[in-house]
Amino acid sequence: MVRHEISNESLALALGLVVIALLVSSRERLALEKDIVWSVVRAIVQLTIVGYVLKYIFDLSSDPITVLMVLFICVNAALNAKKRSRGIDRGFLISFVAIAAGTALTLIILVLSRAIEFMPMQVIPVSGMIAGNAMVAVGLCFNHLNQRFSDNRQRIEEMLSLGADIRMTSGKIVRDSIRAAMIPTVDAAKTVGLVSLPGMMSGLIFAGVDPVQAVKYQIMVTFMLLGTASLSTIIAGYLASRRFYTSRMQLK
Amino acid sequence: MMDRDRLLEVREVTFALQDKVLLAPVSFELDKGEFIWLTGPSGAGKSTLLKIIASLLEPASGEVRFNGEPIGTLKPERYRQQVSYCFQNPLLFGSTVYDNLALPYHVRRRPPQRQMMIEGLARLNLPAATLERTVDQLSGGEKQRVALLRNVQFSPDILLLDEITSALDDPNKRAVRQLIDEQVRQGTAAVWISHDRQETVGSERILTLVAPQNGGQHGST
Repeated sequence: MVRHEISNESLALALGLVVIALLVSSRERLALEKDIVWSVVRAIVQLTIVGYVLKYIFDLSSDPITVLMVLFICVNAALNAKKRSRGIDRGFLISFVAIAAGTALTLIILVLSRAIEFMPMQVIPVSGMIAGNAMVAVGLCFNHLNQRFSDNRQRIEEMLSLGADIRMTSGKIVRDSIRAAMIPTVDAAKTVGLVSLPGMMSGLIFAGVDPVQAVKYQIMVTFMLLGTASLSTIIAGYLASRRFYTSRMQLK
Repeated sequence: MMDRDRLLEVREVTFALQDKVLLAPVSFELDKGEFIWLTGPSGAGKSTLLKIIASLLEPASGEVRFNGEPIGTLKPERYRQQVSYCFQNPLLFGSTVYDNLALPYHVRRRPPQRQMMIEGLARLNLPAATLERTVDQLSGGEKQRVALLRNVQFSPDILLLDEITSALDDPNKRAVRQLIDEQVRQGTAAVWISHDRQETVGSERILTLVAPQNGGQHGST
């Protein structure tokens, strides 16, 4: 196996790519220079800390710490998804329940099927991938729910005025929102390998793993992303749709 | 003793949004088979009052009782089957007219009856083929009639009608009027918002709301 090590000097030279972005920004007056510098600084600091934290946790190899780390990932993902939930109260709780349930179920299936082992080195990166994907899907689902509930306000009230229950009035909106939120994940799964060589597979190939072996991992990743995204958006969609109504089944 | 025919009591009901009063306190009663015209200037809160009675909006203060029970204690979906609000500019939901007429059957867990729907449409001068038309093909007047039919298919106890003939020509206005009169004769009570003096002239009961900013009392005859 050929191992490729990246040196600090090469990384520093690669910073030249950021200089290109800065030049483009200043030439075209995009006013992004501050954001670019800030994002680069953050990326370097965050990733360095994460690198050392992960190294520490991998060395510890403690089950409770591994579970805590997965929870930490889910909390952060939920905090981010909540930002898309304007107008939906308890946005954090709903996001957390949806993302944590989707992530937990997927992890349990992966571990029980022996696709991965319950060790920090495997559980934590996999959790990051699926929780991150679920976060985007749940955020999209919130966006679509907000849009559709506001567009269809009177139609919903017309149904309510005829004695319809919430299942009847929200059913189509929730289904459409879940579908819309899953489209990016489904499209990515359709074109995987044709348009993009995803991060995990690229990383394995870089690290010298046989591409056929790397592909097997990528197939597993595709399965788990689909599973988590669908489970998390369904949970988030149904929980959040209730929040558009008062306890007297009136639109808020 | 409660009057046995007393269906609805509205007690000092008001509505406000962010400190802006949209409906000044209003009280009235409605008996079985009774008919009331609801009039008043724009902004007096006529539609708001009907939506509160239909339990689509929560009043800022005051109380609505149905058969002696505060409506807050009744199951909303059951209550709204009996006290049915009909929108002035209905949008209609689903894809076809059939979807709209079938919903009241679904909420009562009954199989939809096409023949009954077609007869209902005919009474409002709409051909049977209307059933299969998509909702965005309909004119405002056609939507108003389909929406009304949705609400009266199962003769509710109370009909709350919000300018339901505003987009109709005279023959269709008469058809709607006949349909409502028939419902009222069979015991349905109705509150009907109208701006049309011709419609309301000579009627037994008229409730007139005043705009909240004008102070004063709502009138009734």
